[in-house]
Amino acid sequence: MGSSDSLGGSCPVPLMRSEQVLAAHGGGGKLTADLLTRIFRPHFSNPLLDQEHDGAVFSAPASRLAFTADGYVVQPLFFPGGNIGTLAIHGTANDLAMCGARPMYFSACFVLEEGLSLQVLEQVVESMGQAARAIGVQIVAGDTKVVERSHGTGLHLAMSGIGAIEHSLAIEPSSVRGEDVVILSGDIGRHGIAVLAARQQLDFQGALPSDCAPLYAPVAALLEAGIEIHCLRDLTRGGLAAAIVEIAGKAGLAIEIDERLIPVAPAVRGACELLGLDPVHVACEGRFIVFVPPSNVEQALAVLHSQSVSADARVIGRVAAGSAGQTTRITPVGSRRMLDLPTGEQLPRIC
Amino acid sequence: MKYLDEFRDAAIVQRQAALLHRITTRPWTIMEICGGQTHAILRFGIDEILPPSMTLIHGPGCPVCVTPASLIDQAAFLSNLPGVVLCTYGDMLRVPGGKDDLQSAKARGGDVRMVYSPLDAVELAQWEPDCEVVFFAVGFETTIPGTALAILRAKHRGLRNFSVLSAHVRVLPALQVILQEPACRVQGLLAAGHVCTVTGCGEYEPLAREFKIPVAVTGFEPVDILDGIIECVRQLEQGTAQVVNRYARSVRAAGNPVAQALVHEVFEPVDMEWRGLPEIPEGGFKLRNTFQEFDAAAKFAIPGMTLAKVSECIAGAILQGIKKPGECPAFGHPCTPLNPLGAPMVSSEGACAAYYRYRPQLVEIATQEHRRGE
Repeated sequence: MGSSDSLGGSCPVPLMRSEQVLAAHGGGGKLTADLLTRIFRPHFSNPLLDQEHDGAVFSAPASRLAFTADGYVVQPLFFPGGNIGTLAIHGTANDLAMCGARPMYFSACFVLEEGLSLQVLEQVVESMGQAARAIGVQIVAGDTKVVERSHGTGLHLAMSGIGAIEHSLAIEPSSVRGEDVVILSGDIGRHGIAVLAARQQLDFQGALPSDCAPLYAPVAALLEAGIEIHCLRDLTRGGLAAAIVEIAGKAGLAIEIDERLIPVAPAVRGACELLGLDPVHVACEGRFIVFVPPSNVEQALAVLHSQSVSADARVIGRVAAGSAGQTTRITPVGSRRMLDLPTGEQLPRIC
Repeated sequence: MKYLDEFRDAAIVQRQAALLHRITTRPWTIMEICGGQTHAILRFGIDEILPPSMTLIHGPGCPVCVTPASLIDQAAFLSNLPGVVLCTYGDMLRVPGGKDDLQSAKARGGDVRMVYSPLDAVELAQWEPDCEVVFFAVGFETTIPGTALAILRAKHRGLRNFSVLSAHVRVLPALQVILQEPACRVQGLLAAGHVCTVTGCGEYEPLAREFKIPVAVTGFEPVDILDGIIECVRQLEQGTAQVVNRYARSVRAAGNPVAQALVHEVFEPVDMEWRGLPEIPEGGFKLRNTFQEFDAAAKFAIPGMTLAKVSECIAGAILQGIKKPGECPAFGHPCTPLNPLGAPMVSSEGACAAYYRYRPQLVEIATQEHRRGE
């Protein structure tokens, strides 16, 4: 063996064209660069990201900003109506929209498991790029880490986002007033049931896509119409019940909702009956509630009905007399009972 | 939705409630046996529209609540053995055992999987031949035929890596024990419609005669439950004690003979400890010796589980309807749905959890008493 070979290290390492994520993809070397140029840049390209700087540098788009962070670990990665990528973009955008902020700049941190198919990764990245472009969002910063293999299907996403507030309202639980009316933007529970069905390979009759969708458009339309929005909340984990209970607690008011007015798709209702779940606890990813004063209700409904994502909006409840934080549901048979938070993970009942 | 909407019709419910108020002249105490009925009563606020003098007692029919803590510890032990996959129904995951629970066993690295059917566990055993699949079988006569079918299917396919840890329980022997108790206040029974769909109604005849207690075989929707209560009250007011099938759209007098034959082929009655109750003669089911190769209790060396007794918890008296959750010294402090001491605080069907959720004023009282105690 020649000494120049062993000391010089000149043996060329071929750039591997693996079809799956390798530990080396997270090593900061050639494979990392390859991942960036082959998969991320083509789909996320925008002037700020293309600077290839350590961070994105930009001027504040408004004097008031909203900033949010969210993690995504959904299994399976693909489900009817979306995937972990669309969910991450819409979820981050919706958290900002619920502050009344226009979603603008996002960061995306990918935690990949060794063995993940690169084709799967690219599908997720491509749909993130599409979802972001569709709502005018730029992914301006990101990172990739690779962790050891366990199931070989892992892809986790940590997102953050900045949005611009272009109005002077204080949209928050403490703005809710004693007379306020609760409007729900559409039917509930589709995302939770779609993911559960995909995860458990439950073969429900009839396609049941997730409701995963961006929600800034209806919020912007409400703001533009001059609706006096007191509070907004998207119905994610814990569903409608968690949103109502949290707002009642933070506002220090009592809220009453009428189950008979809450739209639930027949397929979701059937699945919930079968699995022993309560639709008000099942997650949505494209639904929200808005608190408005009674004088604004009709106009707010008209505005929401003009937007496809909230075309089925309706009044489902109101701030009622009662002690601070008290939440009540009127049952289908007309009796009243407490609206509660689910305890931990929703588990199907045996009987 | 057919078979749901007509049985949740608010106008019918109001008419039934009015009728019940008219025919009730005395303070009657009625036990709904099944946890599914308890759930519906609370979900639809049925207890709020009954005559104020009437008391509903939540019976022992929550299989999650009555599964002995020692069996849960055994299941958790099995799930932590290398190569073992423990499958069970979803709501067993959070139930505390004596020392352990399945959710914690899973967090420690145990392979615990939720299934909707024991047949899913058989499929898993077939597709993962290197794993030992154990199905932790809980439930009453409603879920026992499914377990029997799974065992027969595993036998038919020649699977040697599938077994069952049986916590199956039988309703009638438990009712016998509860009604014999001198402190028992139950005057009428809503029998569980789903169990009767399998067993038929005939089994209740001797019970109704012996304890002079009217029995209404009852369904699970608001209209069904009120219908069952009306039947009981009618009989109590007239002084009769008959078994009447008020769930005829599902229950036939003879039950489901195919399901009964499956159960008889695979299982035999065994004396069994119920959580919170004394050992109940023939209160459970075990696999017959001919199916011993599928019996996890015979297949694995499971150490005996001794239990640390929780002195404050009065789960037994709650399950027997002798005491209400608010009377328990541990209710609300330290026992809560997030830190349950006894099973009735765990399952969404458990009486204590239901009271914790729907009677916040009781929780407030318990917290204040605790503060004073300190």
